[in-house]
Amino acid sequence: MKRLLLVLCLLAAPALGVQPDEILDDPVLEERARDISSGLRCLVCRNESIDDSNAELARDLRLLVRERLVAGDSNEEAVSYIVDRYGEYVLLKPKTTGANLLLWLAGPIMFGAGLIMGGVYLRRRAIAPEPETARLSKEEESRLRDILRD
Amino acid sequence: MASANRDNVIRATGRLRLDRPRRCAIIPVMITELGHFALILACLVAVLQATIPLIGAHKRWPGWMAVAEPAATAQFLLTAAAFAALTYAFVISDFSVRLVVLNSHTDKPMLYKVTGVWGNHEGSMLLWVLIVALFGAAVAWFGANLPPTLKARVLAVQAMVGVAFFLFILLTSNPFLRMAVPPFNGQDLNPLLQDPGLAFHPPFLYLGYVGLSMTFSFAVAALIEGRVDAAWGRWVRPWTLTAWIFLTIGIALGSWWAYYELGWGGFWFWDPVENASFMPWLIAAALLHSAIVVEKREALKSWTILLAIIAFGFSMVGAFITRSGVLTSVHAFATDPERGVFLLGILAIFMIGALTLFAVRAGAMQAKGVFSMVSRESVLVLNNILLAVSAFVVFVGTIWPLVAEMAFDRKLSVGEPFFNAAFTPFMIGLGLILPVGAMLPWKRAKLGRIVRPLVPAFILAVAIGALAWAVQSGRSALGPMGLFLAAWLVMGAGIDLWSRTGRGQGRLARLARLPGADWGKAVAHAGFGVTIAGVAAMMAWELEDIRVMHEGDTVDIAGYTLRLDTVEDLEGPNYLSTMANFTLMREGRVLGTMHPEKRVYPVAQMPTTEAALNNGFLRDIYIAVGDPQDGGGWAVRSYYKPLANWIWGGSILMALGGFLSLSDRRFRVAAGARKLPQGVPAE
Repeated sequence: MKRLLLVLCLLAAPALGVQPDEILDDPVLEERARDISSGLRCLVCRNESIDDSNAELARDLRLLVRERLVAGDSNEEAVSYIVDRYGEYVLLKPKTTGANLLLWLAGPIMFGAGLIMGGVYLRRRAIAPEPETARLSKEEESRLRDILRD
Repeated sequence: MASANRDNVIRATGRLRLDRPRRCAIIPVMITELGHFALILACLVAVLQATIPLIGAHKRWPGWMAVAEPAATAQFLLTAAAFAALTYAFVISDFSVRLVVLNSHTDKPMLYKVTGVWGNHEGSMLLWVLIVALFGAAVAWFGANLPPTLKARVLAVQAMVGVAFFLFILLTSNPFLRMAVPPFNGQDLNPLLQDPGLAFHPPFLYLGYVGLSMTFSFAVAALIEGRVDAAWGRWVRPWTLTAWIFLTIGIALGSWWAYYELGWGGFWFWDPVENASFMPWLIAAALLHSAIVVEKREALKSWTILLAIIAFGFSMVGAFITRSGVLTSVHAFATDPERGVFLLGILAIFMIGALTLFAVRAGAMQAKGVFSMVSRESVLVLNNILLAVSAFVVFVGTIWPLVAEMAFDRKLSVGEPFFNAAFTPFMIGLGLILPVGAMLPWKRAKLGRIVRPLVPAFILAVAIGALAWAVQSGRSALGPMGLFLAAWLVMGAGIDLWSRTGRGQGRLARLARLPGADWGKAVAHAGFGVTIAGVAAMMAWELEDIRVMHEGDTVDIAGYTLRLDTVEDLEGPNYLSTMANFTLMREGRVLGTMHPEKRVYPVAQMPTTEAALNNGFLRDIYIAVGDPQDGGGWAVRSYYKPLANWIWGGSILMALGGFLSLSDRRFRVAAGARKLPQGVPAE
């Protein structure tokens, strides 16, 4: 099965995504549909949005998105319609709920921690006493001078 | 089961192609076995190189330490012999070798027979160890000014890395395996990979990945040695810079390939495998800058060592991600759990070993330099925080699907929208501080004096961003922001360079005579800005048109007109092609013709899209042709891609900047060249 999926994906590799016959007449709706579909994952592909994918299933999903929009769904409603049926897995932008908060906050938290640690380090360097002159042996001194001379 | 099937297929295709008899000869048979034997010998030499010099350095026995150099040379020559043997099997299409059967074909152009050597898991690992051995040998050849104990230890640690990967190849991924029944022809290489952009992307990437093993070896050797000083900082920098340059080129080549080959002009997908190459790049960039602080100011020592260890860790995480299939991705090689576990083992041993050593020894490394909060040192600390945290964000995003499934039982995806939102702010921050930081002096600085010459550049950059904002009316802020940053970075780099020429007469002459390192720094920083402009423009202002076109139809996009003249069927060397002929016009003037294709490779049973590009300085016009439609005509997608080439142009500038800096320091790396006049080293 896994192999089959791989073959399917490779066949789909020269992906062209959206076909001319799928495009809605209303440019505003079409724009919204493109917006939504570039955030939804093609289920049988690897890390491709349904907007980019050439797979049959991706096409079905694109048509489904357009169907929902034509039926009058808002963007959120159309997305949650798909998520209800195919699971959270289809979202390329993970939700910001529950454990995913860790994912979303990982960067800001680390950045804050980095700033604090960096600040403490810099503060310490700023008030540190000038170091004693290097305790290098004569031989090392001349070597270092040799290397650093430029 | 799968592999039995595959062998049947091989035999079946072989039978179909009786017209091409297999070459039978004794020599190639022997050469393959000799290659295998050379690889085993190389592994044994690496074992010696990993142990004897280490003991020698500990006991201060010069004879034992001296083993390292000839061993490194021998290890390289033996690995090169093994690699040459495999290449030979591909060149003569020796279909008794399993790897050749699976990845080559007599109809394939010679260039791709050769590049097919590393277009697969086993061959690419052989290339990997070849580069490990090459870097080791380079230290043996050019490291004459390293202290003997440090050199012996560096080479020993590098050999340990070598041993691990030699064993990995010999035990799980032997490229020299034979077929019981040799077929008459091979199964071709994936046609997507038959392209110069991709054919040369792995070697560059590996030079980068593996180049970081060299900084790892220097870090571990320094920990064993128990000292990190300015000289160490200076020795380790050329290797970091080399690795970073190759990573830059490798990543840019891969992205450029995706742009023109995959058919819709995407250039970066935040795919796990791309991320695997991007994380070491970010860490190497951080390491590059922190090693300067070690060299100039003898501070940030333990942090630099830690970065050097982590950088190679990320390289190995990359190898693991690509080859284990834990995180599935478009370009993972055929995946195998046994290999994954083995690689994870290598990663664990090296990381746990190095980090334990770090924990024990890091305390002994005392910073010497004293500096105030406003100084070059402080900005470089901020640079390191931004780069390291952005690498961390990419890392978390890449492994999160795995973590969420195992720990929280949630099956989810982390894709482009997440990375765009979580990663971009750090790059913006980096771009903002860079021109100021690049001009701050060491130790203690007066911000006002540094900022003054930059004020006009800043105002001009803001004006450019505001202009873009006004022209585009109401689209995302990304484009104007990108243009602002780009202008700020490029002008900042220019002002930095100019400010180094002093005052009074003859500044232009002095500008030309500035050391390579100064030029390298300015060129690389400007290149970063150029890439930012390209990425931002592509994300903000790209235009797309999808429609059915018949012969004679025209389409208008961004002021250009495309006319579909004819569609014809052609036959290539190993594919069949449907080619569409377009004329590109602007205001009635013909600018040129464009010929997008749809190809089918019959042996691999695989269709590909060959997009047509009209390259320009400010924009690309990009056409891809799709399937024929039921009602006649063809699906055609045309794109207007603003500043597309700036993405890779900027990457080339970054790599060029690296080379310029490297050339400045080449004398220092080379033995016996210490007396030559030199400039101010890279900052």
